[in-house]
Amino acid sequence: MPYGPHAADDRSRMLQTIGVDSVDRLFDDIPEALRSGPLKLDPPEPELELSARLQALAARNRTDLVSFLGAGAYRHWTPAVVDQMLLRGEWYTAYTPYQPEVSQGTLQSIYEYQSLLAELTRMDVVSASHYDGGAATAEAALMTCRATGRDRILVGRGVHPHYRQTLETYAEGAGLGVDEVPLVASGPLAGTTDLAALALLLADAEHPVAGVVAAQPNILGLLEDMPQIGRLAHDAGALFVSVIEPVSLAVLAPPGDYGADIAAGEGQSLGIPLQYGGPYLGIVACSDALIRQIPGRLVGLTKDLEGKRAFVMTMRAREQDIRRERAASNICTNQALLALAASIYISTVGPHGLRDVAAMGASRAAELEAALAAAGAPRLHAGAYLNEFAVHVPNARAVFKRLLARGVLAGIPAADLLPDEPAVADALLVCATEVTTHADITTFATALAAELAGGAA
Amino acid sequence: MVPGDLRYTSDHEWVRVEGDEVVVGITQFAADQLGDVVFVELPAVGKALKAHVTFGVVESVKAVSDLFAPIGGEVVGANDALTASPELVNSDPYGAGWMLRLRPSDAAEISALLDAAAYEQVVAEG
Amino acid sequence: MSVVGERLQPTIFELSRPGRGGGKIPHPPANALDRIPAAARRAEAPALPELSEPEVVRHYVNLSALNYSVDSGFYPLGSCTMKFNPKLNEWAARLPGFAGLHPMAPDETAQGTLAMLHELEAILAEVSGMDAVTLQPAAGAHGELTGILMIRAYHRSRGDVERTEVLVPDSSHGTNPATASMAGFKTITIPSAPDGGVDLAAFTAALGPKTAAIMITNPSTVGLFEARIGELLEATHAAGALAYMDGANLNAILGRFRPGAAGFDVMHFNTHKTFSTPHGGGGPGSGPVGVRPNLVPFLPSPRVVREDDGSFRLEREGERPSSIGRVRSFFGSTGVLVRAYAYLRAHGAAGLCEVSDDAVLAANYLKARLAPVYEVPFERACMHEFVASAADLKRRTGVRTLDIAKRLIDKGYHPPTIYFPHTVEEGMLIEPTETESIETLDAFADALIEIFHEAETDPELVTAAPHVAPVRRLDEATAARQPNLRWRGMTGAQTPCPD
Repeated sequence: MPYGPHAADDRSRMLQTIGVDSVDRLFDDIPEALRSGPLKLDPPEPELELSARLQALAARNRTDLVSFLGAGAYRHWTPAVVDQMLLRGEWYTAYTPYQPEVSQGTLQSIYEYQSLLAELTRMDVVSASHYDGGAATAEAALMTCRATGRDRILVGRGVHPHYRQTLETYAEGAGLGVDEVPLVASGPLAGTTDLAALALLLADAEHPVAGVVAAQPNILGLLEDMPQIGRLAHDAGALFVSVIEPVSLAVLAPPGDYGADIAAGEGQSLGIPLQYGGPYLGIVACSDALIRQIPGRLVGLTKDLEGKRAFVMTMRAREQDIRRERAASNICTNQALLALAASIYISTVGPHGLRDVAAMGASRAAELEAALAAAGAPRLHAGAYLNEFAVHVPNARAVFKRLLARGVLAGIPAADLLPDEPAVADALLVCATEVTTHADITTFATALAAELAGGAA
Repeated sequence: MVPGDLRYTSDHEWVRVEGDEVVVGITQFAADQLGDVVFVELPAVGKALKAHVTFGVVESVKAVSDLFAPIGGEVVGANDALTASPELVNSDPYGAGWMLRLRPSDAAEISALLDAAAYEQVVAEG
Repeated sequence: MSVVGERLQPTIFELSRPGRGGGKIPHPPANALDRIPAAARRAEAPALPELSEPEVVRHYVNLSALNYSVDSGFYPLGSCTMKFNPKLNEWAARLPGFAGLHPMAPDETAQGTLAMLHELEAILAEVSGMDAVTLQPAAGAHGELTGILMIRAYHRSRGDVERTEVLVPDSSHGTNPATASMAGFKTITIPSAPDGGVDLAAFTAALGPKTAAIMITNPSTVGLFEARIGELLEATHAAGALAYMDGANLNAILGRFRPGAAGFDVMHFNTHKTFSTPHGGGGPGSGPVGVRPNLVPFLPSPRVVREDDGSFRLEREGERPSSIGRVRSFFGSTGVLVRAYAYLRAHGAAGLCEVSDDAVLAANYLKARLAPVYEVPFERACMHEFVASAADLKRRTGVRTLDIAKRLIDKGYHPPTIYFPHTVEEGMLIEPTETESIETLDAFADALIEIFHEAETDPELVTAAPHVAPVRRLDEATAARQPNLRWRGMTGAQTPCPD
């Protein structure tokens, strides 16, 4: 066993103390008929060979491409200090701070995370973290049902399709109804949430709505009229859930400023590697009025018996280990290590750095927009965007494949993401961030121009 | 130990008759068992309760317990002071730590409750 | 001896001074945001802390020193399997090919990760005796939800909509009943038998046409193998219900018992318990779920598919309509799964068997060392963990299990899990894991025995513990009554950018 502790005679000494002659005897409780034969797995692999295998597997992934892919996970520069700190065993080999006297590091780091995200979102309460953006959005939607006693959720089609699908899976289990709010198909507001349709859905007195879920920016990168969506929700007695992207909040209005009752979202862009989908950081924040409804761990500030400031997991009696079948959620594990990464990231880049990240993405995106338009792929929508947008490309899937062969990961064919939106059938959804270079943009635009010219010929 | 002028349930709630209404709370024994009470969830005024069904929840630092209606009736008052000061349940369970005011739907249910001696017996038997 | 550093730290907000930091991100043109409508813009910059990098480093290094961790000492936290976290795994997860792969990357650019995931599914299927595995769930409880939703979909697919109940033993993890509620089921709690195992008669009596599933932790939460599991599974299936196994305690039975082969229909793995992925101060976890053939159609989407040409791809949108759908964004916590994969390959068949043998050996050794002093409610051989009780000590001295736990901190140890499961009075659930040496186990046993004697001779010493931790016992009541969940006096961003 590669990490075993035993010297030559340790096991026999231990068996002697126990008073049995073989380890097999300790498994006597397993009924004979149910005992397993030998596992059909490879023999143990020495570290030298295993490291080569792992390296070879990793090398088969193509992370060398010029990439414009976003759609809910974002390429960002992470200062080296973040991972250096995360590599300390004191962080990653500790567990849930059940014993606060020997867990003040983790507890204070979570309190600081809650505080940083509360400031960024301008919300009162932030949970110690959830699994990811999809699960966080689903939990936020369930909160609105518990708080209002209603059982119908409206989710905008501008919300990431994975989040919508996750919400539907959760809602199905909980016996809740989910209706989707369509996007405007054409005109100056194309691609944003159809507010008239939303008002109509909210007006159904037979089926009162618990919560309205909308994203800013939305899945097509467009900026929504969040204050108006919030007003419509509140006028119908529903709560308003804003699905946020935290880096954007350095420059975009925070949900607390436009009346959101709950903010949910994906915190990956705060210093967390892409790593094919996780582990990421689910953000859930809410107003003080909803504090009893927020699921998952919370860390609070208190004192020890000598009056020293200290931190502790609090309001524990809401959680599954105490409330069991009456708990609001079954969540136990949080994403403490990723919340820590986010805190170190924010602390290192600071308020100015975070603004620069968001604004640099916007700047690169504008450059990308101009270059792609010049290459023959103009923007699909007229509305404002931050750093992600759709461009019109006929036969988008085929063009995307040919660009891939040229070493360009040209975002994502919008039809792959939103197969039920005919309005985006011929489009690529592309994204730029502070790591996108002028050279990347030129490479993409040149390749696209060549493909589009070839396609026309 | 247990006030003689109140009626009790085996779920450790007490009932005090005041005119045609009753006041409801939990006993000192229950409060001690829970430890430091940190949150009390009570029903809205106007809600109709049936006897023995849960009407709320009381939380301590590391436990949670259902509250059961000792008798049926309409909620005519809830102790709002417990929102800011749930510790009243520990410090003064029979006074400032009261929880509900009910208008009984069937006065006969009150006489079916335990008297102090019978309740002390329940506590003694664990 | 102190188990953690001496110094409490100011918050990062108190360390902030205007104008510190910078030098990380290039500045965009001044007009970069002019095209964003004013109404959508943030009116007031967020008041985030401003620190220099050296200050950030000291803050987080000094904070980390306030933690107890597996890397610093023995952490016998029952039910959590705090085994050593191999450093190779940390290295592997950070390889640029793994760490830099976008979750929406086209399949042809993700072949290394997809191949790894496909092989990991097969390894977990072999270990568990299940037919297929989903790697998507983000944690054990998330795996439970996935499993119970599949069971719900299975019954419904057969037109069997009357099954509304899930049976759990009273010793179960709280996540089991909470999961049943989330999936729309009513929980029926069944008391344990006096020997700590499932009460077969009580279960059989509760099973019926309304039972959708039973949820069993095996080995149980008191560290015992459920010797009557064969009969229980038979009775469950005879009633038309399915059997869910909470795999939290899988570390005891690798290569000895395969739940799928024994008749369980579905189970979850906790990679952060059994397969050494780091606990991370509370997460991330990962909770793969294995199923028998009857549940394969309902697995969440997308699955990894192997094509005839040997290449791999993710299932496409809507490719398998019987699926319960998505349970999260993207594929899964792949960064955690890389670590689990490395662990499984490092051990292979022989190594995994040895893991469980040594984990069970260590637990029984520690139990044998403590049994002359502490009450051990269940005498037969335990699995990878066992319960000791201080109920009698409490009656005689007033010293509770909580006090013993706090006193262990003074002696340089992380306390075991206490007061779980709730079925044992003043219980301590002790799980040493297979990566601890006999010297460590002996020293821990000596410390616990010493505390027992302290309780008899000087109880105040124990009830006032810890004495040498960075903080004493905390005022948890005020923390919950008047929650302070965020720092309010923040500064930052009020002065121009420092660089």
